[in-house]
Amino acid sequence: MLGSYLIRRFFLMLLTLFGISVLVFTMLRVVPGNIADILFDAAGMIDTAEKGKLEKELGLDRPIAVQYAQWIGGLAHGDLGYSYVSEKPALDEILPRIPITAKLAGLALLFSILFGVPLGVVSAVKQNSGLDYVLRVISLSGLSMPAFWLGLLILMVFVKYFGTIPIYTDPPQGFWSSLWLYSVPAAAVGFRSSALVMRLTRSSMLEVLRQDYIRTARAKGASDSNVNYHHALRNAVLPVVTVIGIEAAFLMGGLIVTETVFNIPGVARFLVEAIRWRDYPIVQNLVMFIAVVAVSINFLVDLLYAVLDPRIKYSG
Amino acid sequence: MASIDIIPGPADTARADSVWSKIRYHAAAHPLGVVGAAIMAVFVFAAIFADFITAFDPIRTNSLITLAPPSDAHWLGADQMGRDIYSRIVYGARISLAVGLGSTFLGCVFGVALGLTSGYLGGWVDLVIQRIVDVLQAVPLLVLALVMAAALGPALDNTIVAIAIPLIPYTARVVRSNTLTLREQPFVEAARAVGMSEFRIAVRHVLPNTLAPLIVIATAQLGAAILTEASLSFLGLGVPEPHPSWGRMLSESAAEYVRTAPWLVIFPGAAISLAVFGTNLFGDALRDILDPRLRN
Repeated sequence: MLGSYLIRRFFLMLLTLFGISVLVFTMLRVVPGNIADILFDAAGMIDTAEKGKLEKELGLDRPIAVQYAQWIGGLAHGDLGYSYVSEKPALDEILPRIPITAKLAGLALLFSILFGVPLGVVSAVKQNSGLDYVLRVISLSGLSMPAFWLGLLILMVFVKYFGTIPIYTDPPQGFWSSLWLYSVPAAAVGFRSSALVMRLTRSSMLEVLRQDYIRTARAKGASDSNVNYHHALRNAVLPVVTVIGIEAAFLMGGLIVTETVFNIPGVARFLVEAIRWRDYPIVQNLVMFIAVVAVSINFLVDLLYAVLDPRIKYSG
Repeated sequence: MASIDIIPGPADTARADSVWSKIRYHAAAHPLGVVGAAIMAVFVFAAIFADFITAFDPIRTNSLITLAPPSDAHWLGADQMGRDIYSRIVYGARISLAVGLGSTFLGCVFGVALGLTSGYLGGWVDLVIQRIVDVLQAVPLLVLALVMAAALGPALDNTIVAIAIPLIPYTARVVRSNTLTLREQPFVEAARAVGMSEFRIAVRHVLPNTLAPLIVIATAQLGAAILTEASLSFLGLGVPEPHPSWGRMLSESAAEYVRTAPWLVIFPGAAISLAVFGTNLFGDALRDILDPRLRN
């Protein structure tokens, strides 16, 4: 039963990815002005013959459907095309940037679990206390602050108290220096996720704490901490897992602006640069990459759900 | 049976009383929601009366006060082009509200249309619409908004559309799941029995019953839309000059002023955070009031 569900989910996933590829490809082609326009506008030349030659060279003169087929055909055997700007293979441009963003995202997620889950539990256990109110206001402000502003504020504090800015200039050498260099921006990204995880842990805990089996456990004389952590948290953690999964996929938004503020050469900042330059091969491949990551994480979360909660039954 | 007397006067006042007493009751139970509503009111007031509460043109440059720190004349200082920051923030409320309300409204209209059609008609229509929703939801909000904004070009109305499109799936999902339960209800069957058209049932009977969750999700999206506009403008792909957008005031050049002119960085960001914070506080209270299932 689970098997047929998974197969169905897998095909739906492929269909979604196909839809995204069509959407992104057409969106980028309706953009007024392609790279040839940008290059020629910047140079101040209006030589249509020259421009036509460039467009032909880049394959921009062919019908959209043909261009799309070429892209997907290339993807199938690992050919992502060439960056218009650097003229290097898109794969060589994208691959080295992935680990940088992945480290940042991993650290941010780690922060969000480390802070979000325990604070959410405390907030729920001490519902309506002063501490609960403070934690709720902090978490809500975490969801209200733009990540790039938080990043700028962090830079400001560093300038004021340390006289330096923890900004990315050269690739860090050694484990500790790279951990240091990544954890500052990761904290800026992770604040929002921690807030989200905390809010969800809190409401999920409150839901569980109302259940009959919690009352039973208390009636049997189980200690508060035993009830809270052993009985309640275990049952409350399920929806939190889903949100952490979704948040992992959606960290990208925070990463885009944070990498820009901290000058980190990861894929997220690269996407913005590529969009500005109308570097289609980079943009479409990067968006596809992000979508593949997001969709696969969702798929994995569903799997995890089935493992964590044996009550869930899947109908084909 | 005696005839029923209709006395409009007292009945109406009783009703008005009960609306006010209801508001008072909910306000007392949700003090944080009241704070949120007050913050929102301040921003709406600033947006509407911007002309009356500012002394300087938000767009005109004045080289004499370039990077001037906060003073009596310029409360929040001036930026690198010699523009008064307080005026720019007040006028910026217009941009944020216009984009926030505009994209939330557009996103809701399309989301409701898709969700209602999908949930009410079911079958292959539902299947097709759900796949479209899947596609829109699979790409992170800011990434999709970035691609949309780049495709449409930098302009105020394009920014509204670019943010509205990624919001559609969330509304569509909520409306669809509500419609699925509602269409099995006896009152829908009754409407069908008296010969009402399907379209009319969907719009007149099913839609009004999805209003409560719709208001909840729309308030949540208002905050998300304001934040996304700020991010897009920060990256230079949102609202273009000369509009005084909060995000644009913090554009990449702001990093340079972290050292030299921190007021350029602090105030616009505080405005964004406060506006979104107010919406979130208010939205939380609304959700508690309108959606009892989520009440803690």
